[in-house]
Amino acid sequence: MSATATATTISLDPLDFLNVRSLLSDEERLVQETVRNYVRDRVTPFIGAAYEAGEPLAHLPLELGELNLLGMHLEGYGCAGASAVAYGIACMELEAGDSGVRSFCSVQGSLAMYAIWAFGSEEQKQRWLPEMAAGRAIGCFGLTEPDAGSNPAGMRTHARRDGDDWILNGSKMWITNGSVAEIAVVWARTDEGVRGFLVPAGTPGFAAPVMHGKLSLRASITSELTFDDVRLPADAVLPGVSSLRGPLSCLNEARYGIVWGAAGAARACYEAALDYSINRKQFDKPIAGFQLTQKKLSEMAVAVNTSTLLALHLGRLKDQGILRTEHVSIGKMHNVRAALEVARSARSVLGANGITLEYPVMRHANNLESVFTYEGTDEMHTLIVGQAVTGLSAFA
Amino acid sequence: MKICVLVKQVPDAAVAKRIDPSTSRLDRSGETNLNPFDTHAIEAAMQLKEGGAIAVEEVVAVTMGPENAVRALHKAVSLGADRSVHLCDDGLVGSDVAATGYALAKVLEREKPDLVLLGQQSDDGECYTIGAVVADHLQMPSLTQVIKIDVEDGNLRCERQAEYGYDTVSVQIPAVISVGDAINEPRYPSLKAIMGAKKKPLDALGSADAGIDAAMVGADGSRVSCGDFKSPPAKGSGTIIEDEDTNETVEKIVAWLDERKLI
Repeated sequence: MSATATATTISLDPLDFLNVRSLLSDEERLVQETVRNYVRDRVTPFIGAAYEAGEPLAHLPLELGELNLLGMHLEGYGCAGASAVAYGIACMELEAGDSGVRSFCSVQGSLAMYAIWAFGSEEQKQRWLPEMAAGRAIGCFGLTEPDAGSNPAGMRTHARRDGDDWILNGSKMWITNGSVAEIAVVWARTDEGVRGFLVPAGTPGFAAPVMHGKLSLRASITSELTFDDVRLPADAVLPGVSSLRGPLSCLNEARYGIVWGAAGAARACYEAALDYSINRKQFDKPIAGFQLTQKKLSEMAVAVNTSTLLALHLGRLKDQGILRTEHVSIGKMHNVRAALEVARSARSVLGANGITLEYPVMRHANNLESVFTYEGTDEMHTLIVGQAVTGLSAFA
Repeated sequence: MKICVLVKQVPDAAVAKRIDPSTSRLDRSGETNLNPFDTHAIEAAMQLKEGGAIAVEEVVAVTMGPENAVRALHKAVSLGADRSVHLCDDGLVGSDVAATGYALAKVLEREKPDLVLLGQQSDDGECYTIGAVVADHLQMPSLTQVIKIDVEDGNLRCERQAEYGYDTVSVQIPAVISVGDAINEPRYPSLKAIMGAKKKPLDALGSADAGIDAAMVGADGSRVSCGDFKSPPAKGSGTIIEDEDTNETVEKIVAWLDERKLI
């Protein structure tokens, strides 16, 4: 065995135990440091109160725009054109702050902006993307319906032609940013297949009431969208797609960001538990010195590090253009499950303090319940992987 | 007007500092970053450039350091500098403050800046003196610990942090000014700026390119050498005041601070 096979002089960072940072380029490190510092300064101090009030952080859209984090992985139209890994790192750091903050970024960039960027006309791109990248216009993405969640093909929202115009009817549910969006990307059945429509806020017949009573993602707006004979001009339709491939490709972009984001939420919970357990004394010693607590912390360290490595691997595949949707399913399944376990375990380490908003763990744990379900439920991703490894579909 | 900002790659604030006994120098093998004080100097340069009270054509980041110091330059240009200069030479290793100041001054002679800005201290050596050494070599006025810079009739009106309050000083340019961290709140680099950093010009210089006399730099050219090192004494446990009656607690804290002349 080589004497240089192991290095004992390199210090261990408990939060980056496997030195995943060493796998990042200087540029990627600077992205990480920048977004982490931003979250430390502009999210963490305010998020507990926002969560309790059930309101998003109002300063976020413009500031995230200034940092070029909105639609950051898209090329042109005011977007930064960053790599998939850089985008993922930003998602990880934002979600270490709060899943609602990352959700805002995902919905704006990966769902609403991506739909326009990938399927919109040149006029639509010029009209909306620069404003959305700057955070001056907020977008939302309407696919899920009260009776069509995992099976979007069951959607009832439909549009029919009336001369050159379209008439849109139906409703959407669980729509992030819906009530604050200036532009809604809405998917509807038509005689030509599933089409995407750009519906500006204030269009007669279109309403976006806020959904109340959430115990998760409270610092993020969730809305219902209703369309009652909404008349839209011919140029409201996204010309580039007329099938479910449109919305599903957007979702795949967003899910990729969640793989990273969940690793960030997990890290934040682990960090809180580690810090608390070292400072909290019982029986005259830090609770971190007790075997049961150490087991929890060790398992958290494993979960956070494997999740981050997995996310980075998927990011590298995506940058090489060889990432498959099934890969993303493995990432979302694994990392959200792992993050939920870390959050719950961290909550137990913090004892009664763990249930308060003074610490981030219960907030993350509650948020992750939504993340577990949205953008493809854990069950659907399980069956996508099952289908991929067996060749047999268990869901359709 | 041309502003040069002196920057330095230092061990990251999160890394525990230790002296390498084999070299008697700071162990810089761990995670490194741009000296946080220098980010305030870059921001001060950017505010002068964007403020419009004086025309600033160019902001140039200058560093002396090993290969990986290029990271500090990339960060400096992502924060707004237009281009950067990297002085890197094996002969510079082991330079003390006087030798480092001389070497940097030689680079600055090539650049001919109207203003040199730097952070008041590096997060590793914490000597506070490079600015003065550089100014001496360049024969420019030097101001340290500056927390405000205003342009006034082509001169700079600065506030210097003093033990009690601050001094207001007017200085003619060209000048060398080291800034304190109270001067501003550095901006976050935008993603586009981060991605564009590598596209901005970077001049890599060796000692000969800068006309540096090899006898005046490096360990041999340095007159300061470090002898023995001891770890600082372990801190005693602090005073814990239990908050039973808040008025009493406040009185105790005030008395504690007063005894030490901290208020």
